[in-house]
Amino acid sequence: MILVWIIILLIGTGLLAWLASGWNTFLPRLISLVGTLIYFGITLWLWLEYDPGIGSQKWIISYTAEWIPAFGIQFKLVMDGLSLLMLLLTSFLSVICVLVSWKEINRRVGFFHFNLLLELAGITGIFLSLDLFLFYFSWELMLVPMYFLISIWGHEDRIYAGKKFFLFTQASGLLMLLSILGLYFIHGQNTGIYTFDYEQLLDATMAPQTAFLLMLGFVVAFTVKLSTVPLHSWLPDAHTQAPTAGSVILAGLLLKTGAYGLIRFALPLFPEASHQLAPLAVLLGVVSILYGAKLAFAQTDFKRLVAYISVSHMGFILLGVYSFNEMAMHGVVMQMIVHAVSTGALFIIAGAVYDRIHTRDLHQMGGLWRQVPRMGTMGLVFVMASMGLPGLGNFIAEILILIGSFQGNFKVLTVIATVILITATAYALRIMQKVFYGKEHKVWEIPDFGIREMIVMLSLTSVIIWLGWNPSSVFRLSKVPVQKVIQKINIPEYSQGEEMERIDRDNIYNVANFLDIKYVAINKGNQAQKIIKEVNNTYGRRTEFETINYLPNSPDIEQAEEFKKRSSKTE
Amino acid sequence: MKELLWLIVTLPFAGALILAFGGRKFPHAVSAIIGVGSVSLSAILTLLVGFEFLGDTTPFLQVAWQWFDVYGLSPDIAFRLDTVSLIFIFIITFVGALIHLYSAEFMWKDEGFVRFFVFMNLFIGLMLILVLADNLLLLYLGWEGVGLCSYLLIGYWYKDPKNGYAARKAFIVTRIGDAALAVSFYILFMTFNTLNIQDILTAAPGTWSLGSGIAMATAFLLLGGAVGKSAQLPLQTWLPDAMAAPSPVSALLHAATMVTAGVYLIARTHVLFEIAPTAQHTVAIIGAATLIIAGMSALYQHDIKKVLAYSTISQIGYMFLALGLGAWSAALFHFMIHAFFKALLFLGAGAVISVMRDEHNMFKMGGLWKKLPIIFWTFLIASASLSALPLITAGYYSKDKIIWLAFASDKGSVGLWLAAIVGAFITALYTFRMVFLTFFGKPHAEPTHRPGWMITIPLMVLAFFSFAGGFIELPQNMGNLTLVSDFVEKTLPVATLSVLQPFTELIFQIISSIVAIGAVFLAYILFFNKPFPAAEPQRNAVQRFFFKGWDFDLLYDKVIVTPMIFLAMINKKDIIDQFYTGLACITRQLNALLSATQNGQLRWYAMVVAAGAIIILTIIFFP
Repeated sequence: MILVWIIILLIGTGLLAWLASGWNTFLPRLISLVGTLIYFGITLWLWLEYDPGIGSQKWIISYTAEWIPAFGIQFKLVMDGLSLLMLLLTSFLSVICVLVSWKEINRRVGFFHFNLLLELAGITGIFLSLDLFLFYFSWELMLVPMYFLISIWGHEDRIYAGKKFFLFTQASGLLMLLSILGLYFIHGQNTGIYTFDYEQLLDATMAPQTAFLLMLGFVVAFTVKLSTVPLHSWLPDAHTQAPTAGSVILAGLLLKTGAYGLIRFALPLFPEASHQLAPLAVLLGVVSILYGAKLAFAQTDFKRLVAYISVSHMGFILLGVYSFNEMAMHGVVMQMIVHAVSTGALFIIAGAVYDRIHTRDLHQMGGLWRQVPRMGTMGLVFVMASMGLPGLGNFIAEILILIGSFQGNFKVLTVIATVILITATAYALRIMQKVFYGKEHKVWEIPDFGIREMIVMLSLTSVIIWLGWNPSSVFRLSKVPVQKVIQKINIPEYSQGEEMERIDRDNIYNVANFLDIKYVAINKGNQAQKIIKEVNNTYGRRTEFETINYLPNSPDIEQAEEFKKRSSKTE
Repeated sequence: MKELLWLIVTLPFAGALILAFGGRKFPHAVSAIIGVGSVSLSAILTLLVGFEFLGDTTPFLQVAWQWFDVYGLSPDIAFRLDTVSLIFIFIITFVGALIHLYSAEFMWKDEGFVRFFVFMNLFIGLMLILVLADNLLLLYLGWEGVGLCSYLLIGYWYKDPKNGYAARKAFIVTRIGDAALAVSFYILFMTFNTLNIQDILTAAPGTWSLGSGIAMATAFLLLGGAVGKSAQLPLQTWLPDAMAAPSPVSALLHAATMVTAGVYLIARTHVLFEIAPTAQHTVAIIGAATLIIAGMSALYQHDIKKVLAYSTISQIGYMFLALGLGAWSAALFHFMIHAFFKALLFLGAGAVISVMRDEHNMFKMGGLWKKLPIIFWTFLIASASLSALPLITAGYYSKDKIIWLAFASDKGSVGLWLAAIVGAFITALYTFRMVFLTFFGKPHAEPTHRPGWMITIPLMVLAFFSFAGGFIELPQNMGNLTLVSDFVEKTLPVATLSVLQPFTELIFQIISSIVAIGAVFLAYILFFNKPFPAAEPQRNAVQRFFFKGWDFDLLYDKVIVTPMIFLAMINKKDIIDQFYTGLACITRQLNALLSATQNGQLRWYAMVVAAGAIIILTIIFFP
């Protein structure tokens, strides 16, 4: 029920803020701040409460109610580790967004906050809904307020940027709707049960070509959101023209809905088709990484530069997701979070600079460090984060994706993607040089970050440093969902026998995990399966029995014996 | 005491953190005490830990916490102390502390005093992480971290775009090496399922056969990383430009941190090089080539710091040569001695530059030996050590060992020995050219003041070590003392010799001694008390080629940088976006076309209706 309350809280706060704007402009801000803080508090509480039992198959919280029973539509909100992480991120950024808009937004303050909170409600809905209809509903709900945020409170070209954003996402969203309906009818015809329920649709069977086409609908919608080259071109305009809070939400959350969709829907619903798509997807991912970096390097508009950095970073997500490797997938989850924080912070800095000198042109800046050392320091931290400097969260994400995808099938492409380490340095240092270092082209008399801005920046900084040194706090949550996706995607392949080696290793690793044993090795043998069964029977681990059956080759006898010994110890 | 290992690493970071948050409110003296004090405490702790470690040299592992655990990759934040890392942390903290003390006076009047110490402390801390890390991922953290600090410190005087350029160049060029290093991690993890250094070293010989392709690839990738950080061919171009940094930074960068990281990496992963003989041989060749190329460039510089910069590249070349020969202890011994005298040379040069009103050109100095006696004598000791003047200097014992092994080691050859001995000649020549031009001859300008005790004490301490440091390791025919090699060889293997006659060694020692003294004599003839004009010297085309570091910059500029920038700029507007814009344009044109039909004229509509009706009827009746 708490999941429903979160959404009600956001929409309610939004409405209240809109109503309150009748009195003055301070009240809507305060109401929104309180609302988002409560939201953040709830997710923090859920996070601290959550104890990930290893191998637990259940959802953390779920809520199901009938919505339109005639069509098999439910109001089904479900949270697992991945959703919880996304919710934490959403609530954290929503507080940040309200804070950065505090001084920046002065027109139609109430309506602004209404849109902001409605947007956040839509995004929260996406991360929670497990009914495809509800998911599509949230997907559309997210679109409209963002269109308003860009077109009303944006910069000079806001109308153009807003339309472009709307057209790209709406068109791709419609493709997804077609796919959803296709899935709905195919599953209905096969089983007689017409439902939009994700968990039931997971078992839908269909011809490979149909599956591929249906999957494309989803993937196009998600990759447009991910701003994968060549579908990225809405993003630079939208990011550049949006107000700061809009840019933060766009970069931090909207792009993540694409990544989340791939992990939650595209892969598990269409495992075989995903394998067919993988070479192309990985290629596009690598192209995005490098092409985005190259474009970022060429830009002279501060916000546009940061926007292209996003394109580059989102390429990592595509690379990681389609390598079907657990390590890479963990890296993807990490990347979703750290990209939101680091790029969000860069947008906030760009917005703060714009507020002070009323230009985003890098040629007008230079030598600002002397005037605003605090801003410069913060700029340095997040510029370094975005080029993946170790010690900051982005490094963990990137290195896991790279090492992980190298273990997969795309070794050459992974090595090519590594070139980003160099190109990222080039664009990142360009920001520092053009904005904070170098000669002062004009002598600006501008104030440094104030207390409110420092609170925002320091909280972002502490998150990015925390994640760099203690990423386990994320992996603790993402472990179960990621392993589930990887299992689902890799199982159908073992019969093909081509990639035995890799699958073999993955499965053994999973088995070891399920048995609470830290056992990772590649060994083969035939009778071991029996012994593992025995282990299961003896210690009553029947639930994991199925997983073990998927093992094409198993650890040899001695190793399995050792399994037995060790698991008896853990018992 | 060993349990305090973590504190050695933490102290510099703690200092940096305090300064970063409170620095602007502290008076200068307090900031200086925090900055210098934290590193000095680290140095003292290192000595204490080191003394205990000398008694019992079993490697000591300290795990702080598990970094993460994903899919079998579970690196710890853990520090591992063995004899090799002990030598490194000793040099880093000890020389680092002296340089910090020196900086307190040197940077006193600078407006970014606090910022300077924050970066310096970070630099030391990250370098300590690099050499103490027990897994490659943590090593990489330190590795990239020192890259960042070098960027920040080279560009420390950020207002001059030239400094910014030098700083970016340093970072980007070294990142090329870092990318290679990262790729080696992929392969190592794929094969060994771990990134723990000791586990890999233990497993590698059994897994990879000698000279197999994958072992070669890994060793070459590691070498790529080392070459970037240590400024060896072909990635050496960033180091001469790095002279834009304040002098103490140069001292730190060249002596104790950063450039020695590559040497450390190769020594640390020595097993991987031993099973890839071609790669190891390449290390030796790169070292030999670099030491000559950089030495030639040093001969034609007029900027005193650039002489030293090229000299560093060349001396690191000697270390690479030793690594390539499998003479691990000789490489580390030369690293140690080099750290002392090169730090001293940079600090001395910095002191000279600052009292000469920021004059870098040696031809505009001259006659300083009487006016700045302490700087002169310490500088002379360091120069003698760099030139490897026989018997009395530390540099002789460390460098001569490498030269001898270049011939005598089983991986050595006459060619490598020749390169080393020619390099030694050039080294002595440019070093004493620098000494004679700077301190002798006709004075061209007066120094403004004499430096204070915070500058002179580090100089004297370092001078002592540049002189006496060599006596802990003596050749077998001159006392046969092997403290360093015994110590190092607890961790790294012993170099195997193919030539064992003591008589041959004596002849080679005499040759190298004659070469060094001869070069000093030649420098005396050419440069001592000669009336050079006080300006940049005239150079012909060949000299200019050497002066510009063999025009590597020009080459890279033409081949890589310019095309890249051109490609980036030509597509600034993003051709893919143009496609969508085009699509929108066409749609709008079509829209205009169609809306033109809605012109509100009745006769037009009537005609269209009639025409439409005729077409439809035609289709119906004449299918």
